[in-house]
Amino acid sequence: MHQLLQQIFSGLAAGAVYASLALALVMIYRATDLVNFAQGEMAMFSTYIAWTLVNAGLPFWAAFVLTLVASFLGGMTIERIIIRPVENAPVLVTVVVTIGLLLIFNALAGWIFTYTLQEFPSPFPDRPLFGALMTTRDLGVIGVTLVMLLLLFAFFRFTATGLAMRAAAQNPESARLCGIPVGRMLAIGWGLAAAIGATAGIMVAPVLFLDPNMMGGVLLYAFTGALLGGITSPVGAVVGGLIVGVTENLVGTYLIASQLKLTVALALIILVLVFRPNGLFGTAIVRRV
Amino acid sequence: MKVQHAVTAGLSAAGLILASSLIAFAAGQYGPGVSDTEIKLGNTMPYSGPASSYGVIGKVDAAYFAMINEQGGINGRKITFISRDDSYSPPKTVEQVRQLVEQDQVLLIFNSLGTPPNMAIHGYLNDNKVPQLFPATGADQWNDPKHFPWTMMWLPSYSIESHIYARYILKNLPNAKIAVLYQNDDYGKDYLNGLRDGLGDKASKMIVATQSYETTDPTVDSQIVALQSSGADVLLTAAIPKFAAQAVRKVYDIGWKPTHFLNSVGNAVGTVMKPAGLEKGVGIISAAFAKDPTDPQWQDTPEYKEWLAFMNKAGLSANTTDVQAVIGYSFAQTMVAVLKACGDNLTRENVMKQAASLHDVKLPMLLPGITLSTSADNFDPIKQMQLQKFDGTTWRLFGDVLSASGS
Amino acid sequence: MSEGLAVPQDAAAARYGGLDAGAWRWIAALALIALTAALPFAISNYHAFELTLVMIYAIAVLGLNILTGYNGQISLGHGGFFAAGAYTAAILMHRYGVPYWATLAPAGLVCFALGVLFGLPALRFEGPYLALVTLAMAVATPQLLKYFDSWTGGQQGINLVKIQPPPGLGIDRDRWLYLVVLVVLLLAMRVAANMLNGRTGRAFVAIRDQPIAAAAMGIDVARYKTLAFGTSTALTGIAGALSAMVISFVAPESFSLFLSLSFLVGSAVGGIATISGAIVGGLFIEFVPNLANDISDAAPWAIYGLAMLLLMYAMPRGVAGSVGLLLRRFQSRRAAPGEGDQDHKGRMP
Repeated sequence: MHQLLQQIFSGLAAGAVYASLALALVMIYRATDLVNFAQGEMAMFSTYIAWTLVNAGLPFWAAFVLTLVASFLGGMTIERIIIRPVENAPVLVTVVVTIGLLLIFNALAGWIFTYTLQEFPSPFPDRPLFGALMTTRDLGVIGVTLVMLLLLFAFFRFTATGLAMRAAAQNPESARLCGIPVGRMLAIGWGLAAAIGATAGIMVAPVLFLDPNMMGGVLLYAFTGALLGGITSPVGAVVGGLIVGVTENLVGTYLIASQLKLTVALALIILVLVFRPNGLFGTAIVRRV
Repeated sequence: MKVQHAVTAGLSAAGLILASSLIAFAAGQYGPGVSDTEIKLGNTMPYSGPASSYGVIGKVDAAYFAMINEQGGINGRKITFISRDDSYSPPKTVEQVRQLVEQDQVLLIFNSLGTPPNMAIHGYLNDNKVPQLFPATGADQWNDPKHFPWTMMWLPSYSIESHIYARYILKNLPNAKIAVLYQNDDYGKDYLNGLRDGLGDKASKMIVATQSYETTDPTVDSQIVALQSSGADVLLTAAIPKFAAQAVRKVYDIGWKPTHFLNSVGNAVGTVMKPAGLEKGVGIISAAFAKDPTDPQWQDTPEYKEWLAFMNKAGLSANTTDVQAVIGYSFAQTMVAVLKACGDNLTRENVMKQAASLHDVKLPMLLPGITLSTSADNFDPIKQMQLQKFDGTTWRLFGDVLSASGS
Repeated sequence: MSEGLAVPQDAAAARYGGLDAGAWRWIAALALIALTAALPFAISNYHAFELTLVMIYAIAVLGLNILTGYNGQISLGHGGFFAAGAYTAAILMHRYGVPYWATLAPAGLVCFALGVLFGLPALRFEGPYLALVTLAMAVATPQLLKYFDSWTGGQQGINLVKIQPPPGLGIDRDRWLYLVVLVVLLLAMRVAANMLNGRTGRAFVAIRDQPIAAAAMGIDVARYKTLAFGTSTALTGIAGALSAMVISFVAPESFSLFLSLSFLVGSAVGGIATISGAIVGGLFIEFVPNLANDISDAAPWAIYGLAMLLLMYAMPRGVAGSVGLLLRRFQSRRAAPGEGDQDHKGRMP
């Protein structure tokens, strides 16, 4: 029983990591109807920027804010310069472009910062909680993820920009006719997603340790979690991420062939998706002819 | 008339052959890739992809050879070191090695990284009689001179290390219940199998739980928790630095206090013990054969200073906390020693012969007491390691230098 | 060589030097084939080996083109099917002593079955969800290969005996394998062309572009989508089997997620809804990483990624797609007015 609880809590902690990156994926999808395969590497790169600032002597929160701003601007720039030229091309083209971005960011990080493992400071102290089921750091990650979720939810639901962004993503033509600057919405969407990714990376680096391949595995789980929850739903992303974390831990512990845990976990999730092809909280897209 | 022609022709031919042999003999015998001024060496490394953190070994090799060239080369010949990226993908390794051997005409393949990449080229190199020297992998199969006379290993094999742990456990912890965390590939499995082998028929009783992880797993926290619940009181962690650090930290955080053996690949002070939390690693036992550049005990020694100066001069200051850079340095020094020993007889056969004739060769960045020795039926230069215990600041070596069989 | 193009036939067919355009195309095709077959004898063993790899990747990418280009179902997991074909061939050769040429059909059949198995649940998914399901295949494959190690040799992989050319012919191994792969490539292209230019192909495209209309017209969407999956994976699996023969070694690390992504990129760069684009894709996958390595020692992937970006900007329809578009524009200018511009947009649902 104790082990079960520990695995569940461990899974929630890991799941919060996936959920935070999943939020960035959902952000991009809602703003631009695309999956950005480079999201993880962009988040990792932002984390390295924060690391450089901290190493240069800046206090943690100053570095954090500066990195968020830099990532927001960076995300906007990427949208304008790199994604804009292929906006109207088939979706596969954009997929390839984001794969290219993934490779570029990964290689650049390795080249500039080397592949040596680095420590990253955490704003949360590292003390055990609930009798060693979790640490305060893990709780901090969950907390920050939930705060980001609330902010994102509020943004889309209650702000004019959020509404404009949803319109621009769903129907660019009509949105333009309504006077919405679609181009700017897309750029802001990418900027916000980059900022969310940066937050995810900074929260996560103390736990996973910082190296250029830090986000590679996380992206896969984040992608799974986002889709499980429904790629259009921020709440779904968080729930999905947490479920993925817990499922993976439980499968790894109780399955005889623990070397197959990733395979089995994915199979289970796909099974769920077969019954709910748009994710748990996703909305079905009804096509009218 | 015809007979005269024939005789003249025959004598001239003989004369030519004799003359050219004498010239060749005088100038030195050369295999492919060698001339009076140059020796070409080939290498493959993962400079891209998930294994790219090991690419530093190739960079250190290149820098070391450049330094030797600056100092005049080897017996007057400069080393041309051609290193290609294979992204740790065996088909790519085959392609790059074929290019190195067939197009670039290198003398030998040196220090290629990874077990699957080296397995892919193992047969090709031996079939074509090209030396496969000092691959950067600790798998056991590179020490098989009877079947693969052109392949020679260098790193102490992973199973030697776990044999050493096994003997320690049998001697000091005979009733231990052992849990093992291992990376789910040849490297991790070699450790697990080596431990099983070293424990002999006690293995199935003593090893109570094993958990594996993939390099794409974000953390190993779940595995550690699962291993704890098995009731084990000894843990062997066969993991690379990132996961080793996570393991050390998680074991402490959940309040588990096993006798923790940490493999040599993942025990560096700067990149593993410190990120995990120095106080969390106290009491951990590991083994080593090379000097950890982040360990305070070596920082004042002349050998470390020389290595550090070399790294800084080569523009590799960012890698001075990486123990892989120390190992790369030592690999390159071994290669230079072998080439020097060949003198002017730089054929592939002679290279293998010299490589198989190392007697107690000392290298500055290996632990004191550990030397390289090879012979015609033993292609395993480094067979020794030493146990060490972490005291919160540094690794304290203890006991004797050990080899797998026990002395 | 035929592609996904239909040349509008004028009422008065143009004749050049006594033969019509069709006959000239045949002659050109045969000449090209003859040249390609003679090529390996003019270049070194190593270059022949490299070109063999190009052709193998071209076959794999052709498989992907059928599924993603013509039928609009994205797949991030074709590396897994490539692996399935490679291991089928390897196990047959290594364990059961099956001669190499007899492993192609089983590899194709096994991968066809796998594809159908996959295609059935995939019917439920679209867009990013389908991407995830296929991604799961790519990620699970190395794990499964390592787990069933009594069959697959686990992490050690399977080392295969090198294939020898037939003794009477007097050519060496590399050139023989080149010719074998060339024959398979030509057959694959022929079969694909027949399928795609016929009813099946039209059904595929209809399902891709207007699935609801297609269903309303009576096309059995489920059957054709599953068929697309099966034929696609069968082709990629055959490519995998060929790769096992040529490299003589299979291991889980040979079939990483990066391989699946490479196929997708190669497909897009070549032109996803084309057949000849697959060859361009194969060339890209094989040579551009090497070029990237030559340009940058420290960060080869950065150059590789940059190459992808630049190609996508310059030619969003891929090389063959852009060339095809140019040709069509040229020909439609010469055709009677009213001939439509067939646009294979390669849109994803």
